[in-house]
This record gives sequence, structure tokens and C-alpha cells, in this order.
Amino acid sequence: MSPEPPPLLAVDRLVKRFGGFRALDGVSFSLKAGEVLGLVGPNGSGKTTCINTISGLYPPDGGAVRFAGERLGGLAPHRRARLGINRTFQSPRPFASLTVRQNVALAAAYGRRHGAGGTVSLAALLAMLELDHLADRRAEDLNSAQQKQLDLARALATGPRLLLVDELAAGLNPAELTRMAERLAALARDGMALLVVEHLLSFLDRLTDRVIVMNAGREIFEGTLAAATREPEVVRVFLGSDHAG
Amino acid sequence: MRDFLAVGLPVVVIFALLPLIYANQLLLFNFVLFLILAQGLNAIYGFTGYLPFGYVGFFGAGAYGFALAVMHLAAPPGLALALAGLAAIVLAMILTPLLRLSGAYFAIANLAAAQAVYQVIANPALQEITKGPYGVSLASVFAPRLSYGAALLILAGVFALVAWLRHGRFGLALQAGRDDPVSAAMAGIPVVSARIIAWLISALIAGLAGGVFAWHISVFYPETAFDLSFSIFAIVFTLFGGAATLTGPIAGVLLLYGLYNLIGISVPQYFQLIYGALIVGLVLFLPRGLASLLQRRGIDVP
Repeated sequence: MSPEPPPLLAVDRLVKRFGGFRALDGVSFSLKAGEVLGLVGPNGSGKTTCINTISGLYPPDGGAVRFAGERLGGLAPHRRARLGINRTFQSPRPFASLTVRQNVALAAAYGRRHGAGGTVSLAALLAMLELDHLADRRAEDLNSAQQKQLDLARALATGPRLLLVDELAAGLNPAELTRMAERLAALARDGMALLVVEHLLSFLDRLTDRVIVMNAGREIFEGTLAAATREPEVVRVFLGSDHAG
Repeated sequence: MRDFLAVGLPVVVIFALLPLIYANQLLLFNFVLFLILAQGLNAIYGFTGYLPFGYVGFFGAGAYGFALAVMHLAAPPGLALALAGLAAIVLAMILTPLLRLSGAYFAIANLAAAQAVYQVIANPALQEITKGPYGVSLASVFAPRLSYGAALLILAGVFALVAWLRHGRFGLALQAGRDDPVSAAMAGIPVVSARIIAWLISALIAGLAGGVFAWHISVFYPETAFDLSFSIFAIVFTLFGGAATLTGPIAGVLLLYGLYNLIGISVPQYFQLIYGALIVGLVLFLPRGLASLLQRRGIDVP
């Protein structure tokens, strides 16, 4: 019997405070390679704070984040990127004055994880995200759906093992949504771990059957999406107490 | 490299030839000096977004670095120039914590730091070392032609450096950090250390400019070397032409410093009026400089 390998990402009783407000109040979960975990909850429940803390933008005030068995502590974001943690942003954050190609090439040059294969070329990455015809345009000239694709292309250029996806679906049309869901599912099949913050449950449903529901910085449910919608506590935080039953 | 050959090198060659047909070498030297300073300011402001109002502090540190090396070490001008650059870099290292500030706070703190350095140099108690407020005289190394040539060499180097910043990996990383430091960090870019390197490079350029200035004019006072006009001119020329390009600051210096010499000295009252109107118009209608007129039309300005 070989022992179970440690999870790729282990979040242990994570706490993040802003002044007196506890944005994360002891959140714990773990994620294996190739696994997709959905993170849902009302606005202000701590989903994005969770992603910001894991990606190193905020130092945690308590608890720990372990990646591939190592405790990350106060490790700077650019070092986390090189370890294989990357993310997209709720509103896309391109390097506005640089071209699409330069945006992605910089991430490949500076952020590439040690040991990441050079299998996906820049051209293939741009083609995969339907950005190849825009490669020499400035990022600021792209529309917001294209900027979301660029955010994802830049994250993938570093060859991440863990991808944190923050509301990628908002603003995409149905056809784009379908292609995006297929893309993310393919990444997971290839062994990437995905933590997906999403309001659009039908999009999440195509990717995973495991979700965590958060409210006020705490985890109130973990299980399948279908079970979540039957859970009175979950229904109450989403719709108000009148609907719980 | 293409930008340097297309834009930078021709400017250097023209200024190398101009003394043959134009006798006012001090004016030509001042043009070269401002071409250097504007690109040095461009290196920090254009590529990181930090606007150093105290930029003259590095220039003054360079001028006095050169003077002290000549007076106390009897250093030959070449070595004194290197020490001028070093003096500016040391000052920039001391001021590195200022980069934690941003926007107006950074600009003001940097201005105050430049004033502090000026007050130290001009302090009569340090007369033995710096000659205090009485100024320095470097007659032993006075060589206007040689120092003009040295300024041209520095200018060529600075043009090549900015051309590299525009297209090289490091310069693109700086621009990414300027556009969005958060996503730049997630792209693996060490934003803070890259910014510090740009800061030191920019200081080095001002230090070399100050050193070659000291060499060329050879007699000067603390208030000459720390004249706030150096900061203001370098900023206005760079912003007027368009930061983060090689051509923009060059155009800014040639047009505005040209205008200054055309009418600023003969009819200063009109000059102040025109200059003031130009700056207000620039801030209102062309915040990204002349270059943005072309960039808006999708033309890449080298």
C-alpha cells in the first residue's frame, strides 16, 4: 500500500482580516491535481479574498496555505507564479500598453515554472484562446471578453499546476461560454488543478460536481452542486430566509 | 537597435557636426545635456510611472562627484566622470525607500531629498570639502571640446539604453509593472526589484550628465548644479514629446528648448506666456505628449 500523496493545494483554517472585518474566517479545503473545485457564495462572502490570499497578494492573518506539501507563508506573488500557481482576475488586468503577444511572452519569460515543459508554444496558446489574429494589437484595444481570454493566456503561459479562476464567465456570450468551459475541462484532464469562483452555476456545473459554498468568510457547505441547491442553509444565504424550507 | 540606428544615432551625428558650422558651443552643449537628462527622466518616468521632481538631486550629486574627484583626488576627467555616476547611484540607493511611495507623495519626497542634498553641499561648515556656497573652479581640467565629445558619447549610450528598454525583455517587464503591478507580479515579474534597477539607471544617467556639465563649464555654484529648472525642464520636455518613446523626449528638447533660446532670452515676458500656455494645453489635451497624436492613429512611434 503506497500512502496517499499530499494534495496539491491544502488551505488550512485560513484567516484574513481587513481592520475588524474577517473576510476569511477559518476556511479549509484541499485540491488534488486534475481536480476542479467550485467556490460559490453571495457577494462579499470571501471568494475573491480567498484567491488573493492563495496567490500571495494578501498575507494571511492566520492559518496556512500549503502547495505541493510546502507551506507558502509570506512568499511573494511572482515567486508563487514560478512555483506553478497562477490566476485570472475578475476584471481583466492586461498590460494595457503592450501588445497581446508581449503580454503573453513576458509571462512565459518571467513566470515559467521550473520543470514546466515547453510543449505549448506561444503561437499555439494564442490560437487556443482565439487571440492569434490580435497578437500585434495593444491589449487596451481589446474588448472585455478578449481581455479575459488574454488574462487566461497569460496565466497559462507560466505553465501553472494550480489555476485560480475568478469569474471568468461573466460577460461571455453562450458560444464563448461553451468553448471556455471545454477549455478549462481539458486543462483539468491534463492534470491541472482548478479553483473556480463563479456566479454562473450552469457554467460551473459543466466543470465540476464538487463545490464549496461560502458565506461571511466561512464555508457553509461542501458537496455536489445539486446537493447544495437542496441545502436549506445555502438557499437561505442566496435567497433570504423566506425561501428556506 | 533599429530605433537607435533610425533615431538616436542621426541625432548624435548631427550634434557632432554642428560645431563645424555653428560657433555657440555652450548652447549646443546645453542641448546635448538636456537630451541626456530628458532620456534619463524617461527611463524612470516613462517605463515605471514614477515622476521624480527631485531629479536634479542626481545631477547635482554628479556635478559635485566630478568636482570632488578632481579637487581632492586629482582624478583625470574620465575617472572623475565615472565617480560622478557612482555618486548619483549611491544617492539613489539611499533614496530607494522613496519608491514605496507613489504619485504626488513620491514626487514631493524626492524633491525634498534633492533640497536636502543641496543644503549639505552648500553648507559653509563643509567649505574644506565642497567649498560650500562659494562654488568650485576646475580650471585644471577645462577642455570644452573634449567635454562636448564626452557628452555626445554619453548621449549615444543613453539613446541605446532607452531603445533597449523599449524592446528588450527587461524594459517590457518594467512597462508591464507600470501598467499593472499586480498582474505583472502574477506573470512572474519581480516588480519591485525591476523598478529599483530602473531607478538606479535613471540616477546614473543624471549623474553622468552632472559630471560632464561640471567638466564643461568648470566654474559653478551649488545653486547652479541643484537648480530646480533642470528637473522641471527634463520633465516638461519628456512629457511634451511623449514618455516611453525614444523620439518623444528628443522632439520635446529640440522644440521647447529651441523655443526657449529663440525667444526666452530676448523677450522673456512673451516666452513665459507661450510656455505657460503650451504646458496647460499639453496637460489638458495631450497628456501623453506629441507622440500620442501618432499613436492614436495606430502608428508606432520609435
